[in-house]
Amino acid sequence: MGDIRLMKGNEVIAEAAIRCGCDGYFGYPITPQSEIMETLMIRRPELETGMVVVQAESEVAAINMVYGGASCGKKVMTSSSSPGISLKAEGITYLAGAELPALIVNIVRGGPGLGTIQPAQSDYFQAVKGGGHGDYKLIVLAPASVQEMNDFVDLGFELSHKYLNPAMILSDGVIGQMMEKVELSEFKPRWTEEEIIAKSGTWATTGKTADRERNISTSLDLDSAKQEVFNHKLQAKYRAMEENEVRFEKIDCDDADYLFVAYGSSARICQKAIELAREKGIKVGLLRPITLFPYPTKAIQEMLGQVKGILSVEMSAGQMVEDVRLAVNGKVPVEHYGRYGGIIPTPDEVVEALEQNFLGE
Amino acid sequence: MTEEIIIAGFGGQGVLSMGKILAYSGIMQDQEVSWMPSYGPEMRGGTANVTVILSDNRISSPVLKKFDTAIILNQQSMDKFEADVKPGGTLLYDPNGITRHPERTDINIFRIPGAALATEMGNPKTFNMIIMGGFLKVKPIVKLENVQRGLEKSLPERHHKLIPLNIEAIQKGIENVETVLAL
Amino acid sequence: MTATTELKNIISEENVVYKKTSVLLDNEMHYCPGCTHGVIHKAIAEVIDEMGIQEKTVGVSPVGCSVLAYNYLDIDWQQAAHGRAPALATATSRLMPDKYVFTYQGDGDLASIGCAEIMHACNRGESIVVFFVNNAIYGMTGGQMAPTTLEGQVTATSPYGRDCHTTGFPMKMSEMVAMLPGTRFVTRESAETPGAVRKLKKAIRKGFENTREDKGISFIEIVGTCSSGWKMSPVQSNVWMKENMFPYYPLGTLKDE
Repeated sequence: MGDIRLMKGNEVIAEAAIRCGCDGYFGYPITPQSEIMETLMIRRPELETGMVVVQAESEVAAINMVYGGASCGKKVMTSSSSPGISLKAEGITYLAGAELPALIVNIVRGGPGLGTIQPAQSDYFQAVKGGGHGDYKLIVLAPASVQEMNDFVDLGFELSHKYLNPAMILSDGVIGQMMEKVELSEFKPRWTEEEIIAKSGTWATTGKTADRERNISTSLDLDSAKQEVFNHKLQAKYRAMEENEVRFEKIDCDDADYLFVAYGSSARICQKAIELAREKGIKVGLLRPITLFPYPTKAIQEMLGQVKGILSVEMSAGQMVEDVRLAVNGKVPVEHYGRYGGIIPTPDEVVEALEQNFLGE
Repeated sequence: MTEEIIIAGFGGQGVLSMGKILAYSGIMQDQEVSWMPSYGPEMRGGTANVTVILSDNRISSPVLKKFDTAIILNQQSMDKFEADVKPGGTLLYDPNGITRHPERTDINIFRIPGAALATEMGNPKTFNMIIMGGFLKVKPIVKLENVQRGLEKSLPERHHKLIPLNIEAIQKGIENVETVLAL
Repeated sequence: MTATTELKNIISEENVVYKKTSVLLDNEMHYCPGCTHGVIHKAIAEVIDEMGIQEKTVGVSPVGCSVLAYNYLDIDWQQAAHGRAPALATATSRLMPDKYVFTYQGDGDLASIGCAEIMHACNRGESIVVFFVNNAIYGMTGGQMAPTTLEGQVTATSPYGRDCHTTGFPMKMSEMVAMLPGTRFVTRESAETPGAVRKLKKAIRKGFENTREDKGISFIEIVGTCSSGWKMSPVQSNVWMKENMFPYYPLGTLKDE
């Protein structure tokens, strides 16, 4: 058995970063995710692994430090919560445009505006559809447990370096603030420059040596024809992600007449709702997208011959439901149930919503 | 076995740390656990509550509306959570500062004078472990030895000298819990 | 002898009195005639060559006229979002402490949109060199007012001359950053004469040497011209710069610790 602890989701993000060989964290305080940087500052990884931790002057500076670090081929990350992610949006689209790997953690809180510090899932569109300008995608991972907060830090770095594209962990105050049993990952050493080259080629701005052309980390090309060709390349990359990286989990789906689709903390609430509904004789299952981009469209489509209705549950006014409807394409009724503004729906409410929408009660 | 517990009281009563020790005790006996606090400004001097779940199986929702057990340590929490105990469930409370005692007749109700006992012990910080003792007496879901190991895990090394005092407080709680209503 | 062979005889190794540094690439520069950027690029390239640090230097280019600086110096480059170059350089120098990292920024980039980033990078004393090219105008976007535009100066967005009562006053960035304990070397140079360029090159070398010794940030302001934005000939521009810019932005070293 490995190193088992009782830890908060946010603390685990920090610990997992150190253990997976992260080179640099650049952050700015914002509730409900400040424990990430606090934990790193307490842990002093600069003495242990050489990892650099910087409290930047703003979210804007933090994401641009990430851009600088990523340009060096390093494993770098930042974390924030919704209003801070809006500020980082510029930097995130630059990262995507420059094809740089980085990990961005969003512990979502209710909005819009300054909103509330309580949990929400109302940044789905921002994470999955863009957020910044231009045709780009992030790899978006949605942990539903503290254990997945641990696991997805390493996974996020792996995927972002594999595709040279920023990855995001989209979580919320529930998973960030709660403690669960977690088995921490083994320590991995930080990559050497040789390993960075082996991993993703010689693109990093580590100093131009005589044996290669100079490397330029940029998202600029004033020649529209070239810019279109570059966009084709990005789109091909996103199609490859859709082909290879879709991750999801099915719970109690085998005999299900109805289906919940929910990610993150809503998926946890739906698991309890399944228990309650099945006590009442309602056969409902859960399809939990783990990657929000690429989205498990096919997995949803495979359920369509079986289920009579789908309830998309999200702590929002209805964002992910649009992707469920795109997948379903009118073949079965799809409804949304959500609480928002920082209110967490209870399992009972979710069952009620299922009954009201599909069981005529 | 799954036990879904809400612990609610004032910030500063040790509500969150009691929940943490309970969760750690669950880990010590190889259970799945979750600990979900209320967080934010309401923590600072106001009410604090934490949902703790111990289970032999994978835990579904860390956020709940109904609880097997409510441990209630102030009037606001009594007003908020009495109705949320499952029928047949358990409510444990400290009568200190309570102006409206629990009224339900379909749940087990226990009382423990935690604040008074803590004063008696001469250390207000023992309060939450006295309550813990009361809880373990009426719901022996974790073994005392696992609580001891949970304390060792959750307290920083420099506070380990306080573990015997905590165990003493738990014993005090075990000895002093009173039954108000047993179904 | 034909004229061509005569020329060939003259262009031979033993007759070389000046050679362009190979750090400066042969790409045709997009800068306007009379622009100071080209001269500054060359000065930086020559110092990199003279110090033999080409393989260890990473530049960060801004948004503005020098956004394409990466086309002209044969080193690794990062191209930053508008104003954010010091943030990129912070991470780069911390993650690769053996490298020579510099930012190259104009007055809109550094003094306006990037004011927070430069102030905090200076305050933290990052081991980087900042080249701040101050020509008192936004060049790339077509000659708008910058934070360093002089009082009364006519630009596209101050067509009746900068009115300081409504638009604020020309910002003296070097004086401001010199007050911060994190800066070790702050100087204001120019590049309009061979003598000025020689002085500039000395400052550049000192800046790079400071980063090698982990001596905090070196801030090198270069007062330059923008003939297109100022709507003057290159020669007129230099005269205007000396008569108007130098009195307000006096040349010389403000801090050298």
